[in-house]
Amino acid sequence: MLNNILQYLEQTAPRLPDKLAFSTGTEGLTFFELHTHARTIGAELLRRGYTREPVAVLMDKHPHTIATFFGALYAGCYYAALDGDMPPARMGLILDTLKPRLLICDKKNQKTARKLVEDGIFGGELLCWDDICAAKGGELTPADEAALADVRAHQIDTDPIYVVFTSGSTGVPKGVAACHRSVIDYTESLCEAIGFDENTVFANQTPLYFDAPLKEIMPTIKFGATAYLVPKMLFMFPVKLCDYLNEHRINTVCWVVSALTMISSLGALDKNPPKYLTTVCFGSEVFPRKQYDLWRQALPEARFFNLYGPTEATGMSCYWPARDLAPDEPIPVGKPFRNTDLMLLTDDGRRAAIGEEGEICLRGTCVTLGYYANPEKTAEAFVQNPLNPFYPEIIYRTGDIGRLNDHGELVFISRRDAQIKHMGHRIELGEIEAAAAAADGVRAACCVYDAPGKRIALYYVGDVEESALSAALKTTLPRYMIPAFCERLAAMPLTPNGKVDRKGLRERAEATE
Amino acid sequence: MNELIQILTELHDDVDFANETGLVENGILNSLDIVTLITEINDRFDVQIPAEEIMPENFDSAEALWALITRLDED
Repeated sequence: MLNNILQYLEQTAPRLPDKLAFSTGTEGLTFFELHTHARTIGAELLRRGYTREPVAVLMDKHPHTIATFFGALYAGCYYAALDGDMPPARMGLILDTLKPRLLICDKKNQKTARKLVEDGIFGGELLCWDDICAAKGGELTPADEAALADVRAHQIDTDPIYVVFTSGSTGVPKGVAACHRSVIDYTESLCEAIGFDENTVFANQTPLYFDAPLKEIMPTIKFGATAYLVPKMLFMFPVKLCDYLNEHRINTVCWVVSALTMISSLGALDKNPPKYLTTVCFGSEVFPRKQYDLWRQALPEARFFNLYGPTEATGMSCYWPARDLAPDEPIPVGKPFRNTDLMLLTDDGRRAAIGEEGEICLRGTCVTLGYYANPEKTAEAFVQNPLNPFYPEIIYRTGDIGRLNDHGELVFISRRDAQIKHMGHRIELGEIEAAAAAADGVRAACCVYDAPGKRIALYYVGDVEESALSAALKTTLPRYMIPAFCERLAAMPLTPNGKVDRKGLRERAEATE
Repeated sequence: MNELIQILTELHDDVDFANETGLVENGILNSLDIVTLITEINDRFDVQIPAEEIMPENFDSAEALWALITRLDED
């Protein structure tokens, strides 16, 4: 019975020990090495008394990081990956929620990690990957083997695998916890829908501290495929990126739309097309039709899929295999994966009819455990199925509004609240406002999104200069949440009801050069 | 050159673009910045930056970027 994601690795490692599992292009791990490192880390954690608790991981985009994730699972723990470029203040908020006793870093992030300890942001034990794995040859003692087996005997499929932190409206990031059963369900249904196999060669784009890389990590260990973790810098240089894809004979990408449009809009598809690509999955943002059409023309034989899903329902929930579209037809997000039920609920609590708008709600094993250590926020979004008053059944309300088209495919319309998608990242504008309001000299702040220009704009009232506020925000917010511009106003414009006139400010941002 | 510095400053008003020589190396520019820069440069200097010129060495400093614009303008 498959009830633990480590079973994928345990089935593949003896079958394909010498095959490359994960690589940056220059440094990689075979399935044998991955399995060995993961067990070494698991045994070391158990020896130090860590089990059934969160393990914070502060490491680069590297195969070693994936080995560390699996290592935490071998110890019966769950991992929470941190972004090394994140400002310390935000890291502090995350660590406050997670309260891990252990943080594992790599050599490159050791300085940052030590600073967290020195500044009192992290109070637990700090371990360096290199000290755990490089020092030991992977030989486990009989006592280690017994400890690992004992952990497994008590693990069940509703135990968590990871906690992924997303933007929260109150300024505090929310940690979504997902269990083995949800990730297995996602892996099986995703692989069935898209059709990955042992010959799949992935190029991963998304950072490892989100749930997005599950798309590459899980099929890779399930089938014995190979995944390249593309260095972030290459996503600025389209021709170099295509060189990388061709050098490693990449046949499958599951990328955010902005990464794909970077290649097409800058003209790299003509100059240096990725010639081995047969499967292109895209998501997290609306694909501009012109750029999408350029990709379809450049790779006429490739299969294209739109993917959609919230972190709270484990990775992706819906997929759309490309078909021909009318010239002005929006790209649908499609149908739910097998074993996921899409419920489009109207305001008066029924399933929406074809063409009618409703809130996208998801039902199934995909629904995650909720927000870590945050029962209030969990209760708001993870709710009893309103159509079932008879027994406990939790569904997830996405807050996204959609409708079904004539093909029965889901079409995304908008967000219900002030949450936006920017460069593939999910952002609560309220979190940016909270950060601005916390800056010295700011009396009021309102953040809006200029969707046509793909820019976040911050309007504020206060004594601080625009450039100084900009600089202050860089110390508290991750890079992708920094407003494209800040503008000081004499007073906040208000609606007749006395609320901040967000619509007016949004129009002002759209009209700003 | 001044106009280029101005475009760069609009992207990041806290960076000393006249002297910074590690815009890519030090992670100051991100992929969105590169796309914005290319669009702005095409608009304001009337030069098309071809895909093969979008390379780290051409974007690492204002000076390198200016040299690229000048070179493309002469062609």
